[in-house]
Amino acid sequence: MLQPLLAQSIDERISSAMDPVSSAIESVVFYSIPVAGVNLPLIVLWLVAAGAFFTVYLGFLNLRGPKHALDLVRGQYSNPDDAGEVTHFQALATAVSGTVGLGNIAGVAVAIAIGGPGATVWMIIAGFLGMSSKMAECTLGVKFRRERPDGTVSGGPMYYLEQGIAEVTGRVRTGRTLAVLFSISCIGGAIGAGNMFQANQATAQIIAVTGGEDSPIADFRWVVGLIFAITVGAVIIGGIKSIARVTEKLVPIMAAIYLSAALLVIGSNLAEVPAAFGEIFRQAFALDSAYGGIIGALIVGFQRAAFSNEAGIGSAAIAHSAVRTEHPSTEGHVALLEPFIDTVIICTMTALIIVISGAYLDPVAGELGGVALTSAAFATVLPWFPNVLAVAVVAFAFSTMLTWSYYGMKSTGYLFDDSEVAETVFKVIFCIFVVVGASLSLGPVIGISDSMLFLMAIPNVLGLYILAPLVKKEIYAYRDKVESGEIAKVDH
Amino acid sequence: MGKALLVGIDGSDAGWRALEFAKGRARSLGASLVLVHVIPWSPYSFNTPEENEQRHQRRQQELEAARTQLLEPAQHEVGEGVEVVLVAKHGDRAELLNQLAREYDAEHIIVGRTGESRIRSRMFGSVPSTLTQIADVPVTVVP
Repeated sequence: MLQPLLAQSIDERISSAMDPVSSAIESVVFYSIPVAGVNLPLIVLWLVAAGAFFTVYLGFLNLRGPKHALDLVRGQYSNPDDAGEVTHFQALATAVSGTVGLGNIAGVAVAIAIGGPGATVWMIIAGFLGMSSKMAECTLGVKFRRERPDGTVSGGPMYYLEQGIAEVTGRVRTGRTLAVLFSISCIGGAIGAGNMFQANQATAQIIAVTGGEDSPIADFRWVVGLIFAITVGAVIIGGIKSIARVTEKLVPIMAAIYLSAALLVIGSNLAEVPAAFGEIFRQAFALDSAYGGIIGALIVGFQRAAFSNEAGIGSAAIAHSAVRTEHPSTEGHVALLEPFIDTVIICTMTALIIVISGAYLDPVAGELGGVALTSAAFATVLPWFPNVLAVAVVAFAFSTMLTWSYYGMKSTGYLFDDSEVAETVFKVIFCIFVVVGASLSLGPVIGISDSMLFLMAIPNVLGLYILAPLVKKEIYAYRDKVESGEIAKVDH
Repeated sequence: MGKALLVGIDGSDAGWRALEFAKGRARSLGASLVLVHVIPWSPYSFNTPEENEQRHQRRQQELEAARTQLLEPAQHEVGEGVEVVLVAKHGDRAELLNQLAREYDAEHIIVGRTGESRIRSRMFGSVPSTLTQIADVPVTVVP
């Protein structure tokens, strides 16, 4: 077998092999135009425009809809005869555990390290806009999902792109092409953002809490990766459900601990909160700052928010589609809550802590990046927190990997007609990339992850525009029925 | 339907003893029996996307299994002469038993004493003890 001496060079070799690949993909997906001296990647503009369009087009349901969404999640409209089916809460919880994770912990830190505190404001705005695109894609996800003869239910952009566009425009080829493009980039996104980035940050955090550079495992990142890969493989290939079940339990607990700790840190610095908000807002609209001013903050904020809540990317529509409902718009409403929880609540709290603690001012903040910066910020009040955060990061990373392996598998299934062989091949490749992701340094991983993830937004958002009239009709027909009382709350 | 007694069955020995007891009561009272199996389920659990995909199919299988492996043998056990209604449903056991008692107008709920450990029942409460707290009709717990 491999000798320990070779270990470091394995990591380095993987890194240097991936570097040019990463830069090549990045330069295409993140093709930028210079605006006021800062590079604006067109893809970020693309997502923001989609969010803004659907916010206006759907009549600001991102602000008017959440109340009804909460009623749905609380089961107030659920048919009691559907007990035992997938509830709105469960569909939302599954989608949220796929999105809440490193984007909220590491992504926010990256945003503030690069874009300054002002990036927070733009992240929140992007969160609100994202609610609208998420509503559109999840309504479509349920409307065009596939119920197979054996009773399994799945949906997602690949189905609404193909069937929806064929139905609405009659252009079968256009729909099919977009669906194929989506599926291919979704497989890439699953391997990049849903896998390598997660493995990378989880490994980084494990090394950080075991002594950083001096950690006995610092030179053996690939070994940590291998352990992750085996565990992931045990669940997705071996079908060992108990591990998945432990993760399901662990993720909400970790989220609760994370939020409590965040509130504790904010609470113990309560006097500084107004100043922190002041700094965040001042920097958000500063014409000139160390971080590239308003445009710099905006781009980074939007980019990280999109990475975190995945609105417009299309991924969540896959998770939301399994819900039991007669009206696709119900899940569209419920999906509004996802970017709200993910970006508006959790990301904002992380951002506040990083700004309050001043951790981002550390000259090495940029290098620290990711989880390490958030960890340092929490440690200013709770010195033991990095250890807890390491557990949380591993749990979040693991659950995100499981969710994304499912997204990738469904896309593979779409491309290869639900072939089990193809799906298994995908799963094996997925596990291999866990090791690759764990071994690389953060730079190339973020590059690849972002690129593949954002690539999904091109066919998905195009499809959303084509299907926009259908979405609007569907949602408003439903809202009319709720208003007229035709669809009423159920007594339990 | 005249008088009805509701019996909770979960496949445990205590459940069968509850059925045995209920059978005797039903015969002497001339009452009918509502045999219920509750499949433990919460609308607020956290699932993997794969579980959600298969949920509809699993639910059918669970209901089918409850019917063929528990409720029908139980009905057979009761034998001729007593009117029997079979119900399989997903939900919280104690809450659903009480709710079904109301729905079927049952005047009495009969359950077996479940074999949960002391610590477990202290922490989470057992079905019979929760039921005695929340039920709208008398509850008999058969040891």
